Amino acid sequence: MTAEGHADVHGGAHTSTGLSNNKLGMWLFLGSECLLFGGLISTYMLYRGRVGEGPRPSQVFDIPFTSVSSFVLLMSSLTMVLAVSAAHKGDDRNTYLWVTITAVLGATFVGGQVYEFTAFYNEGMGFTTSLFSSSFYVLTGFHGVHVTVGIIMLMSIVGIMKRSKVPGSKAETVEMIGLYWHFVDIVWIIIFTLIYLIPA
Amino acid sequence: MTTETHSTTEHGMSNAGYVRIAAILAAITALEVATYYIDLGALFLPSLLIMMVVKFIIVVSYFMHLKFDNKLFSWVFYAGLILALTVYAIFLATFHFFS
Repeated sequence: MTAEGHADVHGGAHTSTGLSNNKLGMWLFLGSECLLFGGLISTYMLYRGRVGEGPRPSQVFDIPFTSVSSFVLLMSSLTMVLAVSAAHKGDDRNTYLWVTITAVLGATFVGGQVYEFTAFYNEGMGFTTSLFSSSFYVLTGFHGVHVTVGIIMLMSIVGIMKRSKVPGSKAETVEMIGLYWHFVDIVWIIIFTLIYLIPA
Repeated sequence: MTTETHSTTEHGMSNAGYVRIAAILAAITALEVATYYIDLGALFLPSLLIMMVVKFIIVVSYFMHLKFDNKLFSWVFYAGLILALTVYAIFLATFHFFS
């Protein structure tokens, strides 16, 4: 592999830091996202006991169902890392395959979230029912929107790669989306424990 | 340097390694769910929090490659995380959440 080719695979790192600016920018963005989700999680923690006339968390949460959803999202992190690995090897076929499976798993998770929200609403937990319900829907809804954005990025990259119109390194582009996807997964790891498994 | 060697040394692990990591994460998740149904008494909260942190670190280190990447990425990410933890710990303390 030539020096130029090597640099391209690793993100065209001809920068003052010697690192890819795209990658550094993505990590900065993810660091700032910690503040966004930290605020939403803290607000939920403050209000989770403020149920008013509405149902309590333990009355509506379906732990077996959410556990399966969590497992699906966790496994999507595995398929995503396999996609990144295939992209770095220049294996387009497996990159498309793993990226598509990741998107399907993500869509399954979002579908489960829509089902869960519908079930909660039918049990009398609307968005404005209580401070608990509002903070719960805002937190998990924001996370669901992040997963949905991730799915759109995954499907877009498959389309763009198939048309060979990826600007710069394909592997780095897949890796950037992978970082975002794994971040969404780690946020869910925290939400699942703090919101679902630890009772109010 | 072969493509495979290049891939496993500079971009983390082999695919089999990633599958092993995923199996560990799945096992920890199963343990977390089990704590919901088993009465662990005073150990309930600490055990859940420890498992959460372990899963977080495993995903960030291995799946997000921070363990293998340049340390500057780790600094950037953990700085944001620590800032968030500090700010919101103070925020929650202000509202007497811990008392």
